[in-house]
Amino acid sequence: MSKKKKLAALCYAFPRTMPVMAGYLVLGAAYGILMNVNGFGIWWALLISVFVYAGSLQYLGITFFVAAVNPWYAFFMSLMLNARHLFYGLSMLDKYKDAGRLKPYLVFSLTDETFSVLCNEEPPEGIPKYWVYFFVSVLDQLYWVTGAVIGALAGTMITFSTAGMDFALTALFVVIFIDQWKSGKGHQAAFVGVCASALCVVVFGQSVFIVPAMILILVIITAGYFMEKRKEEQP
Amino acid sequence: MNENIVGYGLITGVMVLATVITRFLPFLLFPAGKETPKYILYLGQTLPYATIGLLVVYCLRGLQFLSYPHGLPELISIGAITGLHLWKGNSLLSIGAGTILYMVLIQSVFP
Repeated sequence: MSKKKKLAALCYAFPRTMPVMAGYLVLGAAYGILMNVNGFGIWWALLISVFVYAGSLQYLGITFFVAAVNPWYAFFMSLMLNARHLFYGLSMLDKYKDAGRLKPYLVFSLTDETFSVLCNEEPPEGIPKYWVYFFVSVLDQLYWVTGAVIGALAGTMITFSTAGMDFALTALFVVIFIDQWKSGKGHQAAFVGVCASALCVVVFGQSVFIVPAMILILVIITAGYFMEKRKEEQP
Repeated sequence: MNENIVGYGLITGVMVLATVITRFLPFLLFPAGKETPKYILYLGQTLPYATIGLLVVYCLRGLQFLSYPHGLPELISIGAITGLHLWKGNSLLSIGAGTILYMVLIQSVFP
């Protein structure tokens, strides 16, 4: 791969990561501040942001640290919270198929936000797509780690109110939802995703709804699969 | 806190392990070289749509419609984002304007 092509991929990737930059710098900084407030210095925040690199788990991890919980408890709670990554992986199996040596990092860095940016992304001809995926992934993690370090270092010096800036991530998901909807595909699945999740928030409560929602989504989509299959078999 | 560095290291370790497991498992179960079952391919085509829906709900999971401000800052901002995005179709504009609107709403209008 020539340097020129990699540069083209970087130039193509960067604007697509800007919403994530806004969200991650703020959420990362909030994480750094919280770690700092609880007595864990910059090295912990940095280490965890580089190697765990999972936003909501890192926030939960602060409570693990503060309560010095049993590692088994921390492990199973982490698995539960991260279970949604299984969906991202299944969705990207085909897309990352031939990513070669870039694949391990692409898989490692598949956060909510990176997934949401890349799941619809089809770079035009001539721009190496795996390098686009790679640069989006790297830039996103760079924003997250930078945010955490800034938060750990300078958290108390921020003078303007950043309250609400993390809404950038909600806005990002809403925009992607609209783009997917406008593409004319997957309306039923999108509808199932929203309704099943909202139902599970009401039934199971906001702190544990993710796993029941995932199961419900899987059940409904699987039922749809078998209905389609039966239709194909009996025209 | 230094005496507990092993304990914190262990917790960090299991968080890394759990994250790596959930991220790599689908790729290990269905390697690129082998043919992936039709059902799994179907999931791969449909789940992205359902998952973004799940993420939108995830972001809004804490909304309290029955008490002040009744989720209004979120609903107004999402309404504005939707309108702007359908009109202009510019992601950065929609996200930027929506975020600024939300910040104004929660800081000044519904403090």
